[in-house]
Amino acid sequence: MKIIVGVKRVVDHNVKVRVKADGSGVELANVRMSINPFDEIALEEAVRLREKGTASEVVAVSVGADAAQETLRTALAMGADRAILVMGGEALQSLEVAAVFKELVQIETPDLVIFGKQAIDSDRNQTGQMLAGLLGWGQATFASAVNIENDEAIVAREVDAGIQTIAVRLPAVITADLRLNEPRYISLPNIMKARKKTIEKKTLSELGLTRKSHLKVLKVEEPTVRKPGIRVNGVAELVEKLRHEKKLL
Amino acid sequence: MTILLLAAHDNRYLSVETSKALTAAQGIGGDIDILVAGEGVHQVVAAAAKLAGVRKVLVAEALYLQHQLAEPLACVIFSLADRYDVFMAAATAVGKDVMPRLAGQLGVMQISEVIAVLAPDTFQRPIYAGNAIETVQVFDAKKVITVRTTCFTAAGEGGNVWVEKITVPEDLGLSRFVSQVDSDEGQPELGSARVVVSGGRGLGSSENFKALLEPLAERLRAAIGASRAAVDAGYAPNDRQIGQTGKAVSPELYIAIGISGAIQHLAGMMDSRVIVAINKDSEAPIFQVADYGLVGDLFEIVPELTKAV
Repeated sequence: MKIIVGVKRVVDHNVKVRVKADGSGVELANVRMSINPFDEIALEEAVRLREKGTASEVVAVSVGADAAQETLRTALAMGADRAILVMGGEALQSLEVAAVFKELVQIETPDLVIFGKQAIDSDRNQTGQMLAGLLGWGQATFASAVNIENDEAIVAREVDAGIQTIAVRLPAVITADLRLNEPRYISLPNIMKARKKTIEKKTLSELGLTRKSHLKVLKVEEPTVRKPGIRVNGVAELVEKLRHEKKLL
Repeated sequence: MTILLLAAHDNRYLSVETSKALTAAQGIGGDIDILVAGEGVHQVVAAAAKLAGVRKVLVAEALYLQHQLAEPLACVIFSLADRYDVFMAAATAVGKDVMPRLAGQLGVMQISEVIAVLAPDTFQRPIYAGNAIETVQVFDAKKVITVRTTCFTAAGEGGNVWVEKITVPEDLGLSRFVSQVDSDEGQPELGSARVVVSGGRGLGSSENFKALLEPLAERLRAAIGASRAAVDAGYAPNDRQIGQTGKAVSPELYIAIGISGAIQHLAGMMDSRVIVAINKDSEAPIFQVADYGLVGDLFEIVPELTKAV
């Protein structure tokens, strides 16, 4: 079984982003970037499936600028067998990313495509579902456990009320939630080994795709800041404030 | 514009998320129909038909729709694609699962977690865990939108509309439901609770989490939430997680207990009306957003607070 994992290069999750003064976006120059945390989980799951003998090959794919090679090197060091970088110029929109994966699926014919459930920059939570929709494949989103049995993936999903388990016919798309696994630490020998693995480069036109803008970001601004609060000296004062100033209790 | 709004429900009750998403739909303007898809949903349909400002309620009933799995649900909505310009749902687990699939089928972008409607094609939504707000204009003729319901008030009742049963497409059989374990029935729903009492790593153990938070929540008729740290440590089930990757809440009162206030957590509760923070670390970032901050030992403060309210 072959698995494709989508990985995205994003601002590191510990960075407090700053909005640019001209409202055109957030400041990305000289900001620490890393692999999207959910994609790291997706990749870990794929590598574990290969280690269990369920999968035979794991291909990491990133769509975006040249710098995404770094992200793919991380993925190779974690255990992906090879990588594909699809050069897309400026940031592609998720439908375009899904279209890229659709083309790659036709070429690579994987049995499973795994994504993170959302990218922590755009917070859209849609690429995996869109790809499943484009391909007409089954999908299992927000996965917290994955087991492959015969021609199905048995997936526990984090839903609003608790945990739901579904079975999806393969080939399918899975998106990883936080608690699916604990991604492994990357060792130095593995970083060295990753340098020898190949990153194949493709362009959108090689995949027969042209860009079409579906939406435009008109403005990016700071969220409204809350008025500074006060420190209270004890429970009595807190209860007094909540009861009489805010009429809450 | 004609708008189709997917009802959020559990086959028995219509969720308040639906009437909040309806308010967002009214902001776009046009005829709004509500789709109730499921099995044994007559009670849900009756509730949806009472919502004010709705043209009609469409009902798609089939056994395979019982668990609202993405593939059949997207298929049902897709079969109605010619009749509508806009497809909307609350950003619940079901909404977030099915709507992007539909967008893929339609070949359009989805606007996720809309917090404000500025024009029928222009919306605001949070990015970077709520640290920035983007205003986006969509060019697609058909629009797919999910709504962050904490940013909209619920639409009222008073309608009494026509109900139309629709013919459902054949089940694709791509996926099947196996089982579901709900974590804590009987507690107020996080999304609609007036008060939320939320615990973090500072509580130290699942025993403390229960022993300290449950009595306070009971006194305040509050729902219990948790930070990611508390969930990862096993103090609370993961459907209680509040934040960027969990749920967004905006209650009247949010009490953060032993929560430092990482940006990912703040993303899920910043819109609460009044925020109270109880933490022993006076430098904790949660104090920057708290209306009332109490620095001290939560093991003393919480029982005292429980007695006082």
